[in-house]
Amino acid sequence: MTPVFYILAILTLAGGLAAVTLKNTVHCALALTVAFAGLALFFLQLDAQFAGFAQILIYIGAVAILVVFAILLTRSSEAEASGGILSRHWLAGLIIAAAVFAVLGWAILRGAQALPQESAVPAVTVHQIGTALMGRYVLPLEIVALLLTSALIGAVIVAMHEKESAK
Amino acid sequence: MNPLTGYLLVAALLFATGLAGALTRRNAILVLIGIELMLNAANLNLIAFWRYGPHPEALTGFLFAIFSIAVAAAEAAVGLGLVISIYRHLRTTDLDAMNRMKG
Amino acid sequence: MQEQILSTAPQAASSIAQWLWLIPAAPIVAAGIAALLKQPRRRLASGLAIGSLSFSLLLSLIAFGHNVSAWAANAPTREVVNFTWIEVGSQSVDLGWVLDPLSAIMLVMVSFVGLLIFIYSIGYMEHDENFTRFFCFLSLFAGAMLGVVIANSLLLLFMCWEIVGLTSYLLIGFWYQKPSAAAAARKAFVTTRVGDIFFLLGMVWLFAQTGTLLFYNNGAGSLESGALANLLAHPAAFGLTAAGAIGLLIFCGAVGKSGQLPLHVWLPDAMEGPTPVSALIHAATMVAAGVYLIARVYPLMQTGAVFQGLALGSTPALTVVTWVGAITAVFAALIAVAQDDIKRILAYSTVSQLGYMMAGLGMGGVAVGMFHLITHAFFKALLFLGAGSVIHGTHEEQDIRRMGGLRADMPVTFATYGVGMLALCGFPLLFSGFWSKDGILEAAKLWTVTRTPFYLLVFGALLTAFYMTRQVAYVFFGYWRGHKPAHESPRVMTTPLAILAFFSIVLGFIGTPAWPWFQRFLTNPTAGTETLGSHEPGLLLLMTTSSLVVLAGIGLAWRIYGGRSPSPEEPDALEQSARPIWLVLRGKFFVDELYGATVIAFFWWWGRVADWLDRRVWGGAVAAVTWAFAGWARLNRFLDTYWVDGAFDKGCEELSSGGGLLSRVQTGRVQSYLRLLALGVIVLAVILFWSSHA
Repeated sequence: MTPVFYILAILTLAGGLAAVTLKNTVHCALALTVAFAGLALFFLQLDAQFAGFAQILIYIGAVAILVVFAILLTRSSEAEASGGILSRHWLAGLIIAAAVFAVLGWAILRGAQALPQESAVPAVTVHQIGTALMGRYVLPLEIVALLLTSALIGAVIVAMHEKESAK
Repeated sequence: MNPLTGYLLVAALLFATGLAGALTRRNAILVLIGIELMLNAANLNLIAFWRYGPHPEALTGFLFAIFSIAVAAAEAAVGLGLVISIYRHLRTTDLDAMNRMKG
Repeated sequence: MQEQILSTAPQAASSIAQWLWLIPAAPIVAAGIAALLKQPRRRLASGLAIGSLSFSLLLSLIAFGHNVSAWAANAPTREVVNFTWIEVGSQSVDLGWVLDPLSAIMLVMVSFVGLLIFIYSIGYMEHDENFTRFFCFLSLFAGAMLGVVIANSLLLLFMCWEIVGLTSYLLIGFWYQKPSAAAAARKAFVTTRVGDIFFLLGMVWLFAQTGTLLFYNNGAGSLESGALANLLAHPAAFGLTAAGAIGLLIFCGAVGKSGQLPLHVWLPDAMEGPTPVSALIHAATMVAAGVYLIARVYPLMQTGAVFQGLALGSTPALTVVTWVGAITAVFAALIAVAQDDIKRILAYSTVSQLGYMMAGLGMGGVAVGMFHLITHAFFKALLFLGAGSVIHGTHEEQDIRRMGGLRADMPVTFATYGVGMLALCGFPLLFSGFWSKDGILEAAKLWTVTRTPFYLLVFGALLTAFYMTRQVAYVFFGYWRGHKPAHESPRVMTTPLAILAFFSIVLGFIGTPAWPWFQRFLTNPTAGTETLGSHEPGLLLLMTTSSLVVLAGIGLAWRIYGGRSPSPEEPDALEQSARPIWLVLRGKFFVDELYGATVIAFFWWWGRVADWLDRRVWGGAVAAVTWAFAGWARLNRFLDTYWVDGAFDKGCEELSSGGGLLSRVQTGRVQSYLRLLALGVIVLAVILFWSSHA
């Protein structure tokens, strides 16, 4: 394993950990962004350049901003210390998450010998991606387009100000 | 150790972290953050398997991950919209207070 | 007079024989209809009874005439019609009827005397409110008695015999509100039942031994030579053969029904019934059924004699019959001497005369016994109806010491009663009783076993004349000792008396030794054969002896009682002279008391034992079972309440609390749902890995 891998791993994991443990929600959102960036670098490392840049564009450029917006819109006089940051029965959740990691880890390590070793670097051009999208994967593409449209409309409707309730 | 194994472990750890956050934090938005982390971990898995698996030229895993990103974005939008809408009614984002569906 | 064992030649029965069953059926149908009538319909009830019995009489006369003409033409005189009643596998129980001289004569006698008594009853029972019921029972009796007469099967005879017993019970206890009448009816029924048990045993034995209960069946009947030989070959106990033993058992039934010595106790008490009942049942017909039965099964009783060539009447069975008859004759005559009730004297007289008939059967054969039966039927019925007329005329007085001088007040009754009395005594030459009784005495004189019954029967004749004269002297002579003056009975009652008196005289002439038509008709299969040894030199001596005895009896009684009329409070003349004997005679030899002390007492004791058994032992067992069941039920209820209900309630409670518990999962909070989801995923993953790993 190359040292780059370790550095990127530490970065991403630290960002993720920070995103779920910090008290201030804005700090959480920013840590999330760091985690997204780490993942984008991972994609680049894995020779999935298009995916990496798409990650940066969409996740960091859109989702993270959205999260920040939402946080700012739902602040309630910063009295978030009422009752603490942890929900009821948080320990059970923690244990369950640990159990999930245990299962996954065990599965990975178990099947380690069956996993393939080094393989050739795939040459992926945007042209190829485009061809694939419009050729073989045109149906998922159209469906995702539909999905995005409905998500857009849905989000607007859900979050729309209602004249009466706003008062 | 296999490089693939390394990536998979990192993805698993990230997934577990996101799950822990989704299950333990009180704020609704932080649950959504956790969900985003989980989705990203899954994306990492997909790309890793695409890179080290058979037939990378088929672009299956790759495009799977692209679509996953697109869907995650849509879902984040809707989810956050919901949180805002709830905030307008309940004046709070505390998940423990949102138990109208109890029983 | 030797009677041959007949075997019927196979032939088709004539038409009258085919329709013979109508003779008993008509009165039974009349009884059935009368049973449904309401009390006020008296004319209809009596009309039905008399009409049906007239019809039976007509058919009987036709049958009799047919049989006589067959006899005169030397044709076979026995016609049999048999049919199968029950078939069980290969065995079958057959019934049937027979028309032969014996049954033909009895048919005419029963229906004729019965008809006269029915007509008499219209007058006698006029003031009784249960007129309709009376005629219903009378009809039923007449039908059953005619059934007994024509039966060709011992089973059919027994069935009709039992119906006759039943109607006798119903008629004796006709005025059932009187306790004495009800008790007398019960006594009659139970006493005859004792005899009938032995009868039934004999019947069953006969069936087991010969396989049939029919009398005549083309050679296969139980009274025909094949069966009789079979019976003779099997020995029974006490040196008897099966034939003798069965004969004795059947005779026990006759002892009960005809009131012979051990079982005679019911007949005098049966006088509680209305007088026409006494006349019909206990003088002329039902009591004669026992004699008829012996006559009918006579081939069985004398099997040993015929097959082994012994003298007539010397088989063990017939010897027993003779002795029982002779002893009964004297015993009852002695008691009759000391009685004061007009009907009771006649009742004991009947018992005595039945003894004569049995003795006659035993010593002399069927013809001798039957002749006396026929003549006795007429004059005894006459005497009873006459007594009824006297009772009716003296306003229900029955004690002879309170009567007297009725000769003037009731002339027709006196005349007819006198005829009957002389016939019963056996007054020489003119009256039927003389000829029939002489037949018996003659047979007794010739009996090979011993002469003792002869002397007994002669003594009995003396006593008969004595007590009858005493009765007539008390009732019709002297002066009236009653309260109200007496009057003659109406024409409807006196006419039958006259008719019976006529026959009491005339019937004697068909059986005299000079012209023994009756005996020949009964015993010879055809008219041509003459087996009668008549005109013996001893016969004339016998006739003279019996006449002298009768006259002596009448004279002796007249000397003591004639013309005098002692009041009821004074002791009787005989009593004054021989008081202890008088008391014994008057007390009927205390037989009733003996039975009461022994048999009845035993049964009371047994009843108490049975009651104790029933209450303590069986009752205890039942109570124990009940207690066990009640306990079981209680246990069940306990189990049900606590276990079953408890378990069920508990289960329901568990269910609802479990539901309550499970509903706690629905917290309404997203994160708890998420947690559960993740948990589920883990579990699934583990399971999948494990199963694939294995």
